Amino acid sequence: MEKIEFDYPAANGRITKRAHVGVVGSGDLEILLEPSTTEGAHVSITTSVNGFRDTWKSVFDRFFSKFDGATSIQINDAGATPGSVLLRLEQAVEVIEQ
Amino acid sequence: MSESTFVPPFVNRRSFIELDGRARAQSLLDEGTGKELVGPFDRIESPWLPMQDAVPQADDGCIVMKGRTAGNPAVVISLEGAFQGGSIGEVSGAKMTAALDLATRDSSAGISTAAVLLLETGGVRLQEANLGLAAIAEVIASILSLRQHAPVITVVAGTVGCFGGMSLAAGVSSYVVMTREARLGLNGPEVIEQESGIEEFDASDRALIWAVHGGEQRVGMGLADALVADSIDEIASVVRRYVLAGKPAQHRSEQVPLYRERIAALDTSTQIDPLTLREQWGLRDSQGGAR
Repeated sequence: MEKIEFDYPAANGRITKRAHVGVVGSGDLEILLEPSTTEGAHVSITTSVNGFRDTWKSVFDRFFSKFDGATSIQINDAGATPGSVLLRLEQAVEVIEQ
Repeated sequence: MSESTFVPPFVNRRSFIELDGRARAQSLLDEGTGKELVGPFDRIESPWLPMQDAVPQADDGCIVMKGRTAGNPAVVISLEGAFQGGSIGEVSGAKMTAALDLATRDSSAGISTAAVLLLETGGVRLQEANLGLAAIAEVIASILSLRQHAPVITVVAGTVGCFGGMSLAAGVSSYVVMTREARLGLNGPEVIEQESGIEEFDASDRALIWAVHGGEQRVGMGLADALVADSIDEIASVVRRYVLAGKPAQHRSEQVPLYRERIAALDTSTQIDPLTLREQWGLRDSQGGAR
Protein backbone atom coordinates (compact mmCIF):
# COMPACT_ATOMS: atom_id res chain seq x y z
CA MET A 1 0.00 0.00 0.00
CA GLU A 2 1.27 3.47 -0.87
CA LYS A 3 0.00 6.99 -0.21
CA ILE A 4 0.58 9.61 -2.88
CA GLU A 5 -0.33 13.32 -2.85
CA PHE A 6 -0.35 15.96 -5.58
CA ASP A 7 -1.20 19.67 -5.65
CA TYR A 8 -2.49 21.61 -8.64
CA PRO A 9 -2.45 25.24 -7.44
CA ALA A 10 -3.55 26.57 -10.84
CA ALA A 11 -6.89 24.73 -10.72
CA ASN A 12 -9.14 27.42 -9.28
CA GLY A 13 -12.52 26.95 -10.97
CA ARG A 14 -15.44 27.18 -8.57
CA ILE A 15 -16.94 23.85 -7.55
CA THR A 16 -20.08 23.54 -5.44
CA LYS A 17 -21.09 19.91 -5.66
CA ARG A 18 -19.43 16.71 -4.60
CA ALA A 19 -19.31 13.25 -6.15
CA HIS A 20 -18.62 9.72 -5.01
CA VAL A 21 -18.02 7.10 -7.69
CA GLY A 22 -16.58 3.61 -7.88
CA VAL A 23 -15.80 0.78 -5.50
CA VAL A 24 -12.54 -0.42 -3.95
CA GLY A 25 -12.79 -3.74 -5.79
CA SER A 26 -10.16 -5.52 -7.85
CA GLY A 27 -9.13 -3.38 -10.82
CA ASP A 28 -11.38 -0.54 -9.74
CA LEU A 29 -11.15 2.46 -7.44
CA GLU A 30 -13.25 4.81 -5.37
CA ILE A 31 -13.16 8.57 -5.94
CA LEU A 32 -14.44 11.18 -3.52
CA LEU A 33 -14.44 14.54 -5.26
CA GLU A 34 -15.53 17.68 -3.37
CA PRO A 35 -14.86 21.42 -3.28
CA SER A 36 -11.38 22.21 -2.03
CA THR A 37 -11.08 24.02 1.30
CA THR A 38 -7.77 25.61 0.26
CA GLU A 39 -6.40 27.31 -2.87
CA GLY A 40 -6.19 25.11 -5.96
CA ALA A 41 -6.78 21.39 -6.24
CA HIS A 42 -5.42 18.68 -4.03
CA VAL A 43 -5.21 14.97 -4.77
CA SER A 44 -4.68 12.29 -2.17
CA ILE A 45 -4.32 8.67 -3.27
CA THR A 46 -4.15 5.44 -1.32
CA THR A 47 -3.27 2.59 -3.65
CA SER A 48 -2.74 -1.12 -3.16
CA VAL A 49 -0.02 -1.19 -5.83
CA ASN A 50 3.34 0.34 -4.92
CA GLY A 51 5.76 2.15 -7.20
CA PHE A 52 3.47 3.86 -9.70
CA ARG A 53 3.78 7.46 -8.54
CA ASP A 54 4.94 8.69 -11.97
CA THR A 55 2.01 7.00 -13.70
CA TRP A 56 -0.47 8.59 -11.28
CA LYS A 57 1.23 11.96 -11.89
CA SER A 58 0.79 11.58 -15.67
CA VAL A 59 -2.88 10.67 -15.26
CA PHE A 60 -3.58 13.74 -13.12
CA ASP A 61 -1.47 16.06 -15.29
CA ARG A 62 -3.65 15.02 -18.19
CA PHE A 63 -6.87 15.29 -16.13
CA PHE A 64 -6.04 18.82 -14.91
CA SER A 65 -5.06 19.90 -18.43
CA LYS A 66 -8.79 19.71 -19.24
CA PHE A 67 -10.40 20.28 -15.86
CA ASP A 68 -9.65 23.29 -13.67
CA GLY A 69 -11.95 22.87 -10.67
CA ALA A 70 -10.62 23.70 -7.19
CA THR A 71 -11.34 20.23 -5.90
CA SER A 72 -10.18 17.97 -3.19
CA ILE A 73 -9.92 14.49 -4.64
CA GLN A 74 -9.47 11.42 -2.47
CA ILE A 75 -8.83 8.09 -4.13
CA ASN A 76 -8.88 4.60 -2.67
CA ASP A 77 -7.44 2.36 -5.37
CA ALA A 78 -7.45 -1.41 -5.74
CA GLY A 79 -5.24 -1.67 -8.82
CA ALA A 80 -7.19 0.26 -11.45
CA THR A 81 -5.42 0.82 -14.77
CA PRO A 82 -4.70 4.44 -15.86
CA GLY A 83 -7.56 4.16 -18.36
CA SER A 84 -10.04 3.14 -15.65
CA VAL A 85 -8.78 5.94 -13.40
CA LEU A 86 -9.42 8.56 -16.10
CA LEU A 87 -12.86 7.13 -16.86
CA ARG A 88 -13.80 7.22 -13.16
CA LEU A 89 -12.50 10.81 -12.90
CA GLU A 90 -14.61 11.80 -15.90
CA GLN A 91 -17.60 10.07 -14.32
CA ALA A 92 -17.07 12.07 -11.11
CA VAL A 93 -16.89 15.33 -13.09
CA GLU A 94 -20.07 14.34 -14.91
CA VAL A 95 -21.81 13.91 -11.53
CA ILE A 96 -20.83 17.38 -10.25
CA GLU A 97 -21.79 18.99 -13.53
CA GLN A 98 -25.26 17.44 -13.58
CA MET B 1 -34.71 -11.80 -41.67
CA SER B 2 -38.21 -12.26 -40.35
CA GLU B 3 -40.40 -9.17 -40.13
CA SER B 4 -41.41 -9.48 -36.51
CA THR B 5 -38.39 -9.54 -34.24
CA PHE B 6 -38.72 -11.60 -31.11
CA VAL B 7 -37.30 -9.75 -28.11
CA PRO B 8 -36.99 -12.04 -25.10
CA PRO B 9 -38.10 -10.45 -21.81
CA PHE B 10 -34.62 -10.49 -20.25
CA VAL B 11 -33.44 -7.96 -22.83
CA ASN B 12 -35.64 -5.28 -21.30
CA ARG B 13 -35.21 -6.49 -17.73
CA ARG B 14 -33.25 -4.08 -15.54
CA SER B 15 -30.66 -6.17 -13.73
CA PHE B 16 -30.35 -5.85 -9.96
CA ILE B 17 -27.11 -7.85 -9.74
CA GLU B 18 -25.33 -5.41 -12.04
CA LEU B 19 -25.96 -2.52 -9.64
CA ASP B 20 -23.41 -1.62 -6.97
CA GLY B 21 -24.37 -1.69 -3.31
CA ARG B 22 -25.50 1.94 -3.18
CA ALA B 23 -27.63 1.75 -6.32
CA ARG B 24 -29.22 -1.46 -5.04
CA ALA B 25 -30.27 0.26 -1.80
CA GLN B 26 -31.62 3.25 -3.74
CA SER B 27 -33.59 1.04 -6.12
CA LEU B 28 -35.65 -0.54 -3.32
CA LEU B 29 -36.81 2.74 -1.78
CA ASP B 30 -39.65 4.86 -3.09
CA GLU B 31 -38.49 7.45 -5.61
CA GLY B 32 -36.83 10.42 -3.94
CA THR B 33 -37.19 9.19 -0.34
CA GLY B 34 -33.74 7.64 0.15
CA LYS B 35 -31.28 9.47 2.38
CA GLU B 36 -27.90 7.94 3.11
CA LEU B 37 -26.75 7.79 6.73
CA VAL B 38 -23.02 7.87 7.51
CA GLY B 39 -22.11 8.09 3.83
CA PRO B 40 -18.68 8.03 2.21
CA PHE B 41 -18.05 11.75 2.86
CA ASP B 42 -18.31 11.11 6.59
CA ARG B 43 -15.19 9.03 6.04
CA ILE B 44 -15.83 6.52 8.76
CA GLU B 45 -13.59 3.81 7.41
CA SER B 46 -11.81 0.79 8.82
CA PRO B 47 -8.76 1.77 10.91
CA TRP B 48 -7.52 -1.84 10.77
CA LEU B 49 -7.16 -2.40 7.02
CA PRO B 50 -4.36 0.18 6.39
CA MET B 51 -2.37 -1.32 9.28
CA GLN B 52 -2.38 -4.55 7.29
CA ASP B 53 -1.55 -2.90 3.97
CA ALA B 54 -5.09 -3.14 2.64
CA VAL B 55 -6.83 -0.11 1.11
CA PRO B 56 -9.97 0.90 3.04
CA GLN B 57 -13.21 2.22 1.53
CA ALA B 58 -14.79 5.48 2.70
CA ASP B 59 -18.08 3.76 3.64
CA ASP B 60 -16.40 0.49 4.77
CA GLY B 61 -18.53 -1.40 2.25
CA CYS B 62 -21.77 -0.85 4.17
CA ILE B 63 -24.41 1.51 2.79
CA VAL B 64 -27.25 2.56 5.08
CA MET B 65 -30.19 4.31 3.48
CA LYS B 66 -33.32 5.52 5.25
CA GLY B 67 -36.48 6.15 3.29
CA ARG B 68 -39.84 4.67 2.45
CA THR B 69 -40.91 1.45 0.80
CA ALA B 70 -44.51 1.19 -0.37
CA GLY B 71 -45.04 4.40 1.61
CA ASN B 72 -43.87 2.82 4.88
CA PRO B 73 -40.72 3.88 6.73
CA ALA B 74 -37.84 1.54 5.96
CA VAL B 75 -34.09 1.34 6.27
CA VAL B 76 -32.03 -0.49 3.67
CA ILE B 77 -28.62 -1.81 4.70
CA SER B 78 -26.59 -2.88 1.72
CA LEU B 79 -23.23 -4.66 1.74
CA GLU B 80 -20.94 -3.93 -1.20
CA GLY B 81 -19.79 -7.36 -2.36
CA ALA B 82 -16.97 -5.97 -4.50
CA PHE B 83 -15.14 -4.48 -1.49
CA GLN B 84 -13.32 -7.12 0.58
CA GLY B 85 -15.93 -9.69 -0.44
CA GLY B 86 -18.63 -7.75 1.40
CA SER B 87 -17.03 -8.79 4.67
CA ILE B 88 -18.13 -7.45 8.03
CA GLY B 89 -15.59 -5.44 9.99
CA GLU B 90 -15.83 -3.24 13.04
CA VAL B 91 -17.18 -0.20 11.17
CA SER B 92 -19.54 -1.91 8.74
CA GLY B 93 -20.89 -4.05 11.59
CA ALA B 94 -21.43 -1.01 13.81
CA LYS B 95 -23.26 0.80 10.99
CA MET B 96 -25.54 -2.18 10.50
CA THR B 97 -26.24 -2.60 14.21
CA ALA B 98 -26.89 1.12 14.75
CA ALA B 99 -29.28 1.26 11.79
CA LEU B 100 -31.21 -1.79 13.05
CA ASP B 101 -31.35 -0.36 16.59
CA LEU B 102 -32.67 2.99 15.31
CA ALA B 103 -35.36 1.10 13.39
CA THR B 104 -36.24 -0.78 16.59
CA ARG B 105 -36.44 2.50 18.52
CA ASP B 106 -38.76 4.04 15.93
CA SER B 107 -40.83 0.86 15.68
CA SER B 108 -41.33 0.54 19.42
CA ALA B 109 -42.34 4.22 19.48
CA GLY B 110 -45.15 3.38 17.07
CA ILE B 111 -43.50 4.18 13.73
CA SER B 112 -43.09 0.69 12.31
CA THR B 113 -39.80 0.73 10.38
CA ALA B 114 -38.91 -2.32 8.31
CA ALA B 115 -35.29 -3.24 7.62
CA VAL B 116 -34.10 -4.59 4.29
CA LEU B 117 -30.70 -6.28 4.37
CA LEU B 118 -28.90 -6.70 1.06
CA LEU B 119 -26.36 -9.34 1.97
CA GLU B 120 -23.48 -9.96 -0.43
CA THR B 121 -20.90 -11.20 1.99
CA GLY B 122 -18.46 -13.90 2.93
CA GLY B 123 -19.05 -13.14 6.62
CA VAL B 124 -16.46 -11.87 9.07
CA ARG B 125 -13.60 -9.77 7.65
CA LEU B 126 -10.55 -11.85 8.45
CA GLN B 127 -8.35 -8.76 8.94
CA GLU B 128 -10.62 -7.65 11.77
CA ALA B 129 -11.17 -11.13 13.21
CA ASN B 130 -12.66 -10.81 16.70
CA LEU B 131 -14.20 -7.39 16.05
CA GLY B 132 -15.99 -8.86 13.06
CA LEU B 133 -17.24 -11.81 15.09
CA ALA B 134 -18.49 -9.45 17.80
CA ALA B 135 -20.17 -7.33 15.12
CA ILE B 136 -22.06 -10.35 13.80
CA ALA B 137 -23.30 -11.21 17.29
CA GLU B 138 -24.52 -7.62 17.67
CA VAL B 139 -26.19 -7.60 14.25
CA ILE B 140 -28.04 -10.81 15.07
CA ALA B 141 -29.14 -9.48 18.49
CA SER B 142 -30.38 -6.30 16.82
CA ILE B 143 -32.33 -8.25 14.19
CA LEU B 144 -33.94 -10.31 16.94
CA SER B 145 -35.16 -7.16 18.70
CA LEU B 146 -36.36 -5.43 15.55
CA ARG B 147 -38.24 -8.43 14.20
CA GLN B 148 -40.59 -8.33 17.21
CA HIS B 149 -41.89 -4.99 15.91
CA ALA B 150 -41.31 -4.87 12.15
CA PRO B 151 -40.25 -7.23 9.37
CA VAL B 152 -36.56 -7.77 8.61
CA ILE B 153 -36.24 -8.71 4.95
CA THR B 154 -33.01 -10.21 3.66
CA VAL B 155 -32.28 -10.14 -0.05
CA VAL B 156 -29.45 -12.28 -1.41
CA ALA B 157 -29.22 -11.40 -5.07
CA GLY B 158 -25.70 -12.57 -5.91
CA THR B 159 -23.23 -13.01 -7.23
CA VAL B 160 -21.15 -13.04 -4.03
CA GLY B 161 -23.86 -14.81 -2.04
CA CYS B 162 -24.24 -14.87 1.71
CA PHE B 163 -21.97 -17.04 3.82
CA GLY B 164 -20.38 -17.31 7.24
CA GLY B 165 -21.76 -15.40 10.18
CA MET B 166 -24.01 -13.28 8.00
CA SER B 167 -25.87 -16.39 6.84
CA LEU B 168 -27.05 -16.58 10.46
CA ALA B 169 -28.35 -13.02 10.12
CA ALA B 170 -30.24 -14.17 7.03
CA GLY B 171 -31.48 -17.17 9.02
CA VAL B 172 -33.08 -15.04 11.74
CA SER B 173 -34.68 -12.63 9.25
CA SER B 174 -38.44 -12.51 8.84
CA TYR B 175 -38.23 -13.18 5.10
CA VAL B 176 -35.44 -14.22 2.76
CA VAL B 177 -35.56 -13.34 -0.94
CA MET B 178 -33.13 -14.98 -3.37
CA THR B 179 -32.36 -15.12 -7.07
CA ARG B 180 -31.27 -18.26 -8.91
CA GLU B 181 -27.77 -16.82 -9.11
CA ALA B 182 -27.52 -16.29 -5.34
CA ARG B 183 -26.06 -18.71 -2.83
CA LEU B 184 -26.75 -18.97 0.88
CA GLY B 185 -24.92 -21.20 3.32
CA LEU B 186 -23.07 -21.22 6.63
CA ASN B 187 -19.83 -22.59 5.19
CA GLY B 188 -18.84 -21.64 1.69
CA PRO B 189 -17.80 -24.39 -0.77
CA GLU B 190 -14.08 -23.58 -0.48
CA VAL B 191 -14.22 -23.81 3.30
CA ILE B 192 -16.01 -27.16 3.27
CA GLU B 193 -13.52 -28.59 0.79
CA GLN B 194 -10.58 -27.25 2.77
CA GLU B 195 -11.84 -28.60 6.09
CA SER B 196 -13.44 -31.90 5.06
CA GLY B 197 -11.75 -32.84 1.81
CA ILE B 198 -12.75 -32.91 -1.83
CA GLU B 199 -14.75 -36.15 -1.30
CA GLU B 200 -17.08 -34.19 0.96
CA PHE B 201 -17.51 -31.18 -1.32
CA ASP B 202 -15.84 -30.32 -4.61
CA ALA B 203 -15.61 -26.51 -4.66
CA SER B 204 -14.88 -26.50 -8.40
CA ASP B 205 -18.19 -28.24 -9.19
CA ARG B 206 -20.48 -25.32 -9.88
CA ALA B 207 -23.53 -27.50 -10.55
CA LEU B 208 -23.08 -29.14 -7.14
CA ILE B 209 -22.59 -25.79 -5.38
CA TRP B 210 -25.78 -24.30 -6.83
CA ALA B 211 -27.70 -27.53 -6.21
CA VAL B 212 -26.85 -27.21 -2.51
CA HIS B 213 -26.47 -23.47 -1.84
CA GLY B 214 -28.40 -21.96 -4.74
CA GLY B 215 -31.52 -19.83 -4.45
CA GLU B 216 -33.75 -22.36 -6.17
CA GLN B 217 -32.78 -25.09 -3.70
CA ARG B 218 -33.01 -22.81 -0.65
CA VAL B 219 -36.50 -21.67 -1.59
CA GLY B 220 -37.43 -25.23 -2.57
CA MET B 221 -36.37 -26.49 0.86
CA GLY B 222 -38.30 -23.72 2.61
CA LEU B 223 -35.16 -22.07 3.98
CA ALA B 224 -35.89 -18.96 1.91
CA ASP B 225 -39.25 -17.47 1.03
CA ALA B 226 -39.21 -16.08 -2.48
CA LEU B 227 -37.32 -16.93 -5.64
CA VAL B 228 -37.07 -13.92 -7.92
CA ALA B 229 -35.51 -13.13 -11.27
CA ASP B 230 -32.52 -10.78 -11.40
CA SER B 231 -34.79 -7.78 -11.95
CA ILE B 232 -35.00 -4.49 -10.06
CA ASP B 233 -38.75 -4.34 -10.52
CA GLU B 234 -39.37 -7.89 -9.37
CA ILE B 235 -37.13 -7.65 -6.30
CA ALA B 236 -38.57 -4.24 -5.33
CA SER B 237 -42.12 -5.55 -5.67
CA VAL B 238 -41.42 -8.61 -3.48
CA VAL B 239 -39.76 -6.38 -0.86
CA ARG B 240 -42.78 -4.04 -0.89
CA ARG B 241 -45.08 -7.03 -0.50
CA TYR B 242 -43.21 -8.22 2.60
CA VAL B 243 -43.02 -4.71 4.08
CA LEU B 244 -46.81 -4.44 3.73
CA ALA B 245 -47.32 -7.98 5.10
CA GLY B 246 -45.54 -6.99 8.32
CA LYS B 247 -43.84 -9.48 10.58
CA PRO B 248 -44.84 -13.14 10.16
CA ALA B 249 -46.93 -14.91 12.81
CA GLN B 250 -43.94 -17.10 13.54
CA HIS B 251 -40.38 -16.66 12.36
CA ARG B 252 -38.62 -19.57 10.70
CA SER B 253 -35.94 -19.62 13.39
CA GLU B 254 -38.63 -19.97 16.06
CA GLN B 255 -39.83 -23.24 14.54
CA VAL B 256 -37.36 -25.31 16.51
CA PRO B 257 -39.51 -28.45 17.00
CA LEU B 258 -40.39 -28.54 13.28
CA TYR B 259 -36.76 -28.45 12.18
CA ARG B 260 -35.63 -30.89 14.93
CA GLU B 261 -38.27 -33.32 13.70
CA ARG B 262 -37.24 -32.85 10.06
CA ILE B 263 -33.57 -33.40 10.80
CA ALA B 264 -34.33 -36.44 12.97
CA ALA B 265 -36.38 -37.91 10.13
CA LEU B 266 -33.53 -37.77 7.63
CA ASP B 267 -32.13 -41.09 6.48
CA THR B 268 -28.37 -40.61 6.69
CA SER B 269 -27.51 -44.22 5.78
CA THR B 270 -27.25 -43.11 2.17
CA GLN B 271 -26.12 -39.85 0.61
CA ILE B 272 -29.04 -37.42 0.57
CA ASP B 273 -29.33 -35.61 -2.71
CA PRO B 274 -30.56 -32.02 -3.00
CA LEU B 275 -33.70 -32.90 -4.96
CA THR B 276 -34.90 -35.47 -2.42
CA LEU B 277 -34.36 -33.00 0.38
CA ARG B 278 -36.37 -30.42 -1.49
CA GLU B 279 -39.20 -32.89 -2.00
CA GLN B 280 -39.19 -33.95 1.65
CA TRP B 281 -38.99 -30.46 3.14
CA GLY B 282 -40.63 -28.26 0.58
CA LEU B 283 -43.85 -30.23 0.02
CA ARG B 284 -45.56 -28.76 3.06
CA ASP B 285 -46.07 -25.43 1.41
CA SER B 286 -46.94 -24.68 -2.19
CA GLN B 287 -45.00 -21.41 -1.85
CA GLY B 288 -41.90 -23.37 -0.92
CA GLY B 289 -41.77 -21.66 2.45
CA ALA B 290 -42.04 -23.38 5.82
CA ARG B 291 -44.78 -21.03 6.92
